[in-house]
Amino acid sequence: MSAADKTRPRLFVWAPAPALLWTALFFVLPLLAMAVTSLTRREHGETVAFWTLANYRTFFTEGSGVFVAALWNSIEVTLIVTVVSVLVAYPIAYVLAYRVPARWQRMLLVLLVLPFWTSYVIRSYSWLLVLSEKGVISAGLQSLGLASGPIGFGNNRGATVLGFVHFFTMLLTLTIYANLAQIRESYRRAAADLGASPVQVFTRITLPLSLPGVAVGAFLTFVLAIGDYVTPQILGGSKELLLPQAIMLQVGRTADFPLASAMSMVLMAVVTIAYLLFARHLKMDRL
Amino acid sequence: MRLRGSTLASALVLIAAAIFIFLPVVVLVQFSFQDGLVPVPPFKGFSLRWYHKVLEDRRLVKALWNSVAVASLSSLIATVLGFLAAYGLARRRTGWNRAVELLLMAPITVSYLIIGMGLLMTFTMAGVPKSLLAVGIGHVVINLPLAFAICYAQLGEHQVAIERAAEDLGASPLQTLLLITVPMMAPSLAAAFALSVTLSWDEFVIAFLLSRFDVTLPVVIWSMLRSGLSPELNAVGTLVFAVSVLLLLVAELLTSRRRSS
Repeated sequence: MSAADKTRPRLFVWAPAPALLWTALFFVLPLLAMAVTSLTRREHGETVAFWTLANYRTFFTEGSGVFVAALWNSIEVTLIVTVVSVLVAYPIAYVLAYRVPARWQRMLLVLLVLPFWTSYVIRSYSWLLVLSEKGVISAGLQSLGLASGPIGFGNNRGATVLGFVHFFTMLLTLTIYANLAQIRESYRRAAADLGASPVQVFTRITLPLSLPGVAVGAFLTFVLAIGDYVTPQILGGSKELLLPQAIMLQVGRTADFPLASAMSMVLMAVVTIAYLLFARHLKMDRL
Repeated sequence: MRLRGSTLASALVLIAAAIFIFLPVVVLVQFSFQDGLVPVPPFKGFSLRWYHKVLEDRRLVKALWNSVAVASLSSLIATVLGFLAAYGLARRRTGWNRAVELLLMAPITVSYLIIGMGLLMTFTMAGVPKSLLAVGIGHVVINLPLAFAICYAQLGEHQVAIERAAEDLGASPLQTLLLITVPMMAPSLAAAFALSVTLSWDEFVIAFLLSRFDVTLPVVIWSMLRSGLSPELNAVGTLVFAVSVLLLLVAELLTSRRRSS
């Protein structure tokens, strides 16, 4: 390896350069620009102040608390989504990994997560077809005589949560299955041979060993859900805003980029805090 | 008896999961064939009229080709850049490797909304107008980490031996790269490309923020949504889903062939 390195080092040195340049120009630079912009104040299209925390002050105190409310809504909805998705996905992954014959597992898994690949605008729209007043559930309840008139289930927090849970159940099924499939069967068999009941095998062996997969999936769920604009915008209605919707309002209606940047920085801070919490959790599991 | 109970419970879990996961997709596809004006029950009979309408809708067809162009070009760039970076890092171990990996993977931890807004602000300052080019640049940013990771995972030591053999036989470094490494990596490159196309094809927020007159398919779908439920939307959605599944199948076949070889 080292001899070969010496004869052709140039090609290797420069090979990562284009990718690094692209990432620096179109990812790092925009984030820096955003961070700097969040510290400026613009009024009537002109920058009136530099190095000010005015936008952050606006975010946390002004607008009768709508921004802080959006932040809390986002955190609440994302936590609910993460917990519910784990609870729904775990049994599915468990059955796939331990109750389905090995040669069917991969095919069933690919089939079960197929809708994962529908366009996310279309996926939320599809839930609208199911949940709306004229939708499938409402019509079904009426034809069964369980409802006397049309009932709408859309345009509220529950619909947003449902849309999210649908998507992240598939994601978590993938990560939890991958983890469960790696746990050696001998561990569970040894526990059973030593007299552990099926419940004990699960709580003492399988569950603890599968927590890394749960943590990875849960973290991904948290990060992707808290930054998503489409699902709450289509399914959530207008009663409450989530943070990405509030950011988009600043961009779209008032073109207030400094405030939108400050809000994005807050969103990134929340994700970073979540990462730190999850990272610590992962380490504790390994001990 | 206990065994039978647990088999029944397992079957119930899988059936319930399948119903929950497929319910919206089945409704979407079924009512794309609705012979009526609204894509909700009752189902009034089978008709292809909404598919005809989609194919006659100039705006949709144009957006479709825009999406194809943006997705294929941005995925091509992401795959080439990702492969080159993976090649450089895998073949030359230095103290900087870890830092370069982290930097290249960083975009996957940031929400598309923030990446899109950052680009919008940067482009505005630099005087770059909103355009499909801007959208494509953004899509390379989100796909580059993926392409890099896929190629990096597959560039192993066993290929080094073959590369060295080629050099011993007198091939130049460039010849080795193009005639030996790239063909060996073809399945990974194709998988990275297919996955990038799938993601770019579906991407909405970045495309929404960075385009104005020429737009991609998800952006047109978004604007159609404002006028409410329509079987035409179901038809577009079904078509988009079908393309995604096809791309996914291609990627899956390529990776499984690689795994078995």
